[in-house]
Amino acid sequence: MARLVVMGGGVSGHTAATFAKDWLGDEHEVVVVTPNSQWNWIPSNIWVGVGQMSKEEVVFPLAPVYEKAGIDFRQAKAVSIHPNGGEKSDKEYITIEYTGQGKEGQTEEITYDYLINATGPKLNFGATPGLDEGHTVSVCTADHAVHANLELKKVFEKAKTEKQKILVGTGHGMCTCQGAAFEYIFNIEHEANKAGVRDNLEIKWISNESFLGDFGIGGLHMKRGGYAASSRLFAESLYSERGIPWIIGAHVSKVEAGKAHYELLDGSTGEEEFDFAMLIPPFAGVGLKAYDKDGSDITDTIFAPNGFMKVDAKYDAGAYENWKASDWPRTYQNPTYSNMFACGIAFAPPHLISKPMSSVNGTPINPTPPRTGMPSGIIGKNVAHSVTDLIKKGPDAHLHEASMAEMGAACVASAGKGLTDGTAAALTVYPVVPDFEKYPGLGRDLDYTFGEIGLAGHWIKHILHHLFIYKAKLKPGWTLIPE
Amino acid sequence: MQRIEETVKPYDQNFTTMVPTGFVKFMRTCLIWQFIRFIAINIKMIIVVRKSHG
Repeated sequence: MARLVVMGGGVSGHTAATFAKDWLGDEHEVVVVTPNSQWNWIPSNIWVGVGQMSKEEVVFPLAPVYEKAGIDFRQAKAVSIHPNGGEKSDKEYITIEYTGQGKEGQTEEITYDYLINATGPKLNFGATPGLDEGHTVSVCTADHAVHANLELKKVFEKAKTEKQKILVGTGHGMCTCQGAAFEYIFNIEHEANKAGVRDNLEIKWISNESFLGDFGIGGLHMKRGGYAASSRLFAESLYSERGIPWIIGAHVSKVEAGKAHYELLDGSTGEEEFDFAMLIPPFAGVGLKAYDKDGSDITDTIFAPNGFMKVDAKYDAGAYENWKASDWPRTYQNPTYSNMFACGIAFAPPHLISKPMSSVNGTPINPTPPRTGMPSGIIGKNVAHSVTDLIKKGPDAHLHEASMAEMGAACVASAGKGLTDGTAAALTVYPVVPDFEKYPGLGRDLDYTFGEIGLAGHWIKHILHHLFIYKAKLKPGWTLIPE
Repeated sequence: MQRIEETVKPYDQNFTTMVPTGFVKFMRTCLIWQFIRFIAINIKMIIVVRKSHG
């Protein structure tokens, strides 16, 4: 009997664990270590953040689902990895610290034969002074979104009688997840119209993107009216239509009560006042440590400096001009320890997808690569497939591949909820990481990259909400639903 | 529904981009047209999803 330990129970970890258990059966063990007792369909947090959904609609308890699946669930956070064993044994193990199940604070060692790191990101509010001091809100977790809605409603109430200012975007020059902020600002605008307070609200966008519509993937092009139109036109059009001005190429350097300080790519600085602000924090690795058998620290061997796990990517490509689609990982296997894999946000990308930028003062201001949503699920499933084959067929089994440079993504960005008056931007991009050798100039296949705004997109987003929660609960036929 | 003249100001940030006309905005929530687009977008997305699952 082999034991697979999956660290993290988010989109990628949950996908990896559930598929691995389904394929491995009762002959082998699957253990999931995750600090949260509940699974969260994160894309719908946007609707919690504007009061259109309750927290209960976007989460469900993990324990009964894992019990049904035969997965050993530990509500704990992974603390360290010991890939060569320890003093007592050569057997690989991780240390965990419980956050629930009546064992809060207790530590434990769990041995493994195979390890999947799907720990997701640490929300690094501390990277921007003041961002973690309650002056702003976020929608990154369900609880954050509940809090964001409470604060938003206070502003809406005030806006009935006086002018209010709302600032939404990224809270640091190295943020990713611009799409979540994009969705939130348009949902706020939509709700403000419904509440009849739009005229008293000044809503502004601030982002580290060098152009609107970059989204951390260097933007995209789509066929529109006989042209290959940039996502910049697509995004600027939407912001203009909704009366939302923008600040781009901005590194939010400091946040105070009611005020955000920022630096722009041209080196100039500015301040933006607000009554309500939702600024996405930058992401970092969760801070896992790694130790050799003798207790020496080998964290640098396994993890990149940003805390994400090294996998089979080309990390020494150097300057932007040298970057290739083939730099991106295919199997997500750790190059040092072949029984360790990383998926979702936990793997270290080889480089940015957007072109690197920095201000004239040398401050990096560019979106970091997104690894969320559909790619995260697909990678998790492929890693689970590889581990299953390694266990069942032996160490020479062929590893499954899922390069983001050969994979597309479907993305539906809500621009306001409502079954008859809602809208969303329905987008596909193929491939996620542009391949300028295969598709010179645009980097992507125009036949499979498209986008449009409308009610149909909202219906799709609403259906996906129910479909993916159904799948995550492992209801009948769940394996047939694609990631 | 705001008219273009009320949204765009000369030489403002939004002066150089495309702004949808009233007809385009109407079509975005027109139930019949959006039902057709719903079918079309789903087919397109399924093709991309199939290509991405190797």
